[in-house]
Amino acid sequence: MVVNTIHWFRKGLRLHDNGALRDSIRRSDSLRCIYILDPWFAGSSNVGINRWRFLLQCLEDLDASLRKLNSRLFVIRGQPTDVFPRLFKEWKINRLSYEYDSEPFGKERDAAIQKLASEAGVELMVRISHTLYNLDKIIELNGGQPPLTYKRFQALINHMEPVELPVETITAELMKTCVAPISDDHDDKYGVPSLEELGFETEGLTTAVWPGGETEALMRLERHLERKAWVANFERPRMNANSLLASPTGLSPYLRFGCLSCRLFYFKLTDLYKKVKKNSAPPLSLYGQLLWREFFYTTATNNPCFDKMDSNPVCVQIPWDRNAEALAKWAEGRTGFPWIDAIMTQLRQEGWIHHLARHAVACFLTRGDLWISWEEGMKVFEELLLDADWSVNAGSWMWLSCSSFFQQFFHCYCPVGFGRRTDPNGDYIRRYLPILRAYPAKYIYDPWNAPEEVQKAAKCVIGLHYPKPMVNHGEASRINIERMKQIYQQLSCYRGLGLLASVPANLNNGTNRQLQAGSGEDASAHEGPSRTERLHSTQKRRHEDSLNEGSSKCWRQSK
Amino acid sequence: MKRVSSSLKSKCPTFACSPKRARRLKRAPCSFAPRRGQAWGNLPQHVVLQIFQHLSLVDRARASSVCRCWNDVFHTPDLWRRFEFELNQPASSYLRSTHPDLVQQIIKKHAQHLQYVSFKVDSCTESAEAACDILSQLVDCTIKTLGLISTARPSFMDVSQAHFVSALTVVFVNSKSLSSIKIDDTPVDDPSLKVLVANNSDTLKLLKMSSCPHVSPAGILCVADQCHGLKELALNYHLLSDELLLALSTEKHVNLEHLRIDVVSENPSQSPFHTIKKSSWEALVHHSPKVNVVMYFFLYEEEFEPFFREETPVTHLYFGRTVSKEMLGRIGLNCLRLVELVVCANGLEPLDEELIRIAERCKSLTAIGLGECEVTCSGFVEFVKMCGERLTQLSIMEEVLIPDSSYNMEQIHSEVSKYLGRIWFPDMMPTW
Repeated sequence: MVVNTIHWFRKGLRLHDNGALRDSIRRSDSLRCIYILDPWFAGSSNVGINRWRFLLQCLEDLDASLRKLNSRLFVIRGQPTDVFPRLFKEWKINRLSYEYDSEPFGKERDAAIQKLASEAGVELMVRISHTLYNLDKIIELNGGQPPLTYKRFQALINHMEPVELPVETITAELMKTCVAPISDDHDDKYGVPSLEELGFETEGLTTAVWPGGETEALMRLERHLERKAWVANFERPRMNANSLLASPTGLSPYLRFGCLSCRLFYFKLTDLYKKVKKNSAPPLSLYGQLLWREFFYTTATNNPCFDKMDSNPVCVQIPWDRNAEALAKWAEGRTGFPWIDAIMTQLRQEGWIHHLARHAVACFLTRGDLWISWEEGMKVFEELLLDADWSVNAGSWMWLSCSSFFQQFFHCYCPVGFGRRTDPNGDYIRRYLPILRAYPAKYIYDPWNAPEEVQKAAKCVIGLHYPKPMVNHGEASRINIERMKQIYQQLSCYRGLGLLASVPANLNNGTNRQLQAGSGEDASAHEGPSRTERLHSTQKRRHEDSLNEGSSKCWRQSK
Repeated sequence: MKRVSSSLKSKCPTFACSPKRARRLKRAPCSFAPRRGQAWGNLPQHVVLQIFQHLSLVDRARASSVCRCWNDVFHTPDLWRRFEFELNQPASSYLRSTHPDLVQQIIKKHAQHLQYVSFKVDSCTESAEAACDILSQLVDCTIKTLGLISTARPSFMDVSQAHFVSALTVVFVNSKSLSSIKIDDTPVDDPSLKVLVANNSDTLKLLKMSSCPHVSPAGILCVADQCHGLKELALNYHLLSDELLLALSTEKHVNLEHLRIDVVSENPSQSPFHTIKKSSWEALVHHSPKVNVVMYFFLYEEEFEPFFREETPVTHLYFGRTVSKEMLGRIGLNCLRLVELVVCANGLEPLDEELIRIAERCKSLTAIGLGECEVTCSGFVEFVKMCGERLTQLSIMEEVLIPDSSYNMEQIHSEVSKYLGRIWFPDMMPTW
């Protein structure tokens, strides 16, 4: 029987460690690798130009790599549920492979495609390779609930089976039995579109600071490891002014799009560590970047409301303010705080900012100063940030706004002091906000405090050439810490005076079953609903009390 | 009946029964089984009341539409002692508002039953004004607890002062038995405080009025002088005076339990803060030995000069902005009653010495939180060792700890856990 295969690229835009592709080539007579471009998405304003460009560069790179294997990438416009029945018929497909997508909407979309496939008699091949582990197994290990703290997650990881080795890269040898039927008009029909074709204005667009693609990703991985080996230090690097700038060894966008396999990164790190540290066991902190990503994927996979506050079982209900004008100032880098504005400018121009910069702007928008919902910040990051996908972006925003995961909320990042400590000279500000270039280091973080002569000499008068600060940080943080305290005290039913004790300790991590011996997590047995469940039922109750759908008749006099 | 709380479920017999049991009951009626169509409406009122007390307001309201008896119970005064008015505008908040019809019903039927009332408003002036309107109508009531709470920006400050003050004094004058008042971030002024005192001096126990810029030290002094039952007071530092502390420590005054002081600066060039005499603090502690003094600081570094030069009886300390190493040194020297210390940010020099001194001298310290600071791992271990198991809250950001020759990050958590007597990890932030 002739086996005609489609491999469907979504994330996992690579030929190395691509288990689904690798397995589907076996005993396949023809193979077409496709990428489905949803035209509705292209028009949607919530994906910025940098993200589109990165994606298109990934697709170009894939296409180039496939060409070397006598194949091509097929870019198809349309929605998957429309596209597949057509392709199954036209190409006489009987096998479909893709990398497993753990996100709730991914699972929903794939369920629909599975149905179509089974109706058309198409065999499915799905492999896990976007995450280190099978996330369902982690959840199972935690009694059917996702872990709600990172510490808990780490404890579970210690009990999981070791990470599977990356699968071998696709080579011409492997592909030799497989034909890729390419027509002469392939480029017209199935070629990778350009930014202009998608409707973007590219006049004045600077070169990408983060070029997309698997080739670039693998090169960066090598450089990243070289640098680590040279430093021979695997501790978390202390933050300095240079860390703020885009690094040629940065890997996060490549992990997000799947140009780089997380498993490959994992094993390369392990090998390097063992070599440099003479075979001692690597600590979990070595994989910090990968494990945080994994943690958020795990918490999100069974929660379609993960990116919202309303109806989200893991999210604290906080009475955020609705203020479109304030939000716009933040998003567009016009807050009047150079540190915040420079970060948002870098984000918009380049698509990446350092994680501490993310903390600073997220804190400023939410619990620190503006008291605006984290959902708004998440949407802005979704548009601009190259490495933000649904799970990680939502999870991080909830974390940074202290809306979940049992975070202490006392530490507020000062929009003046934090930047000043990181980069005392202010070079970062000068680079991204050239209007402030002539300010001396003393005043560059709080130019509104500079005497008139200094402002005039710098040819930038505050209020005229650069906005005045949009809030009084001391006043705003005073009010906000009080708000957070009120909310948390209500949740934890804590009536004492301590600030730290207001945050409930998540003893049971949302499950009543404990991990066996030596898990490194304290667990106290208790009966009755866990603290977490009580927390959520209190929240639910409050929410219901303010509901009044259809209940207006109740309030009227019944006599 | 849906949504009976889980604790109730375990204590009372459930009304929902398994199909088998239901069939049995149908065939063999016994005194516990409700006869079809008869018993529900005839449940004794006190039983219905008990059940209603476990229901949410929405469910109670729905239940009240079922029959006259249940409707009567719904309007029992006991169910209307406590109410929280939530006033939000869709343009400025994600939260729903208490239905205006319900508000009207309460004012009409239940104003006189209300004893514990709070208003939660969003950042819109309209919401705060609505709260004032309701307040003005609470004429025939004996309110004991009143709370005006802004959930976002302090919108009460945007209401005209005259409107606010007149609404507030309606309650002050009419209730005559106010014991607890929370009016932080409002335009309350000295004359309204006089009215409060004139009518409620015997009953007032708690007054929270942080960030009320229209009140003067004389205004609050009037409260301290007359309200001898005052146990809890929250205000801004500019209202704190030696006279106030002495007034709170006179023989006639009960023991003060809780004094909360917010120290906020408007801008770095404002005039320096006044100092409180050591003798005034001593008088306070002498009179109320168990008093908790909570201080929240939101100052620029250079503004801390007047503080902690001498012994200060503060128990809970929060620094919302950068605080200098020198200041933390002073705290170890002069804040011997310290129970909780939370530092948002310090700087780039290790705080080992200062922390160790605090461990040595602040023997009551049970909680510490450090944000952007630096402490060497050895210094930190030393600190924890000295405090031992009395540290029930230890919240240290991961970036604070600097690995040194004795400890790296992996070892720190087991060392610290050892001395604390429980598993401990530093606080982490996502890195990706």
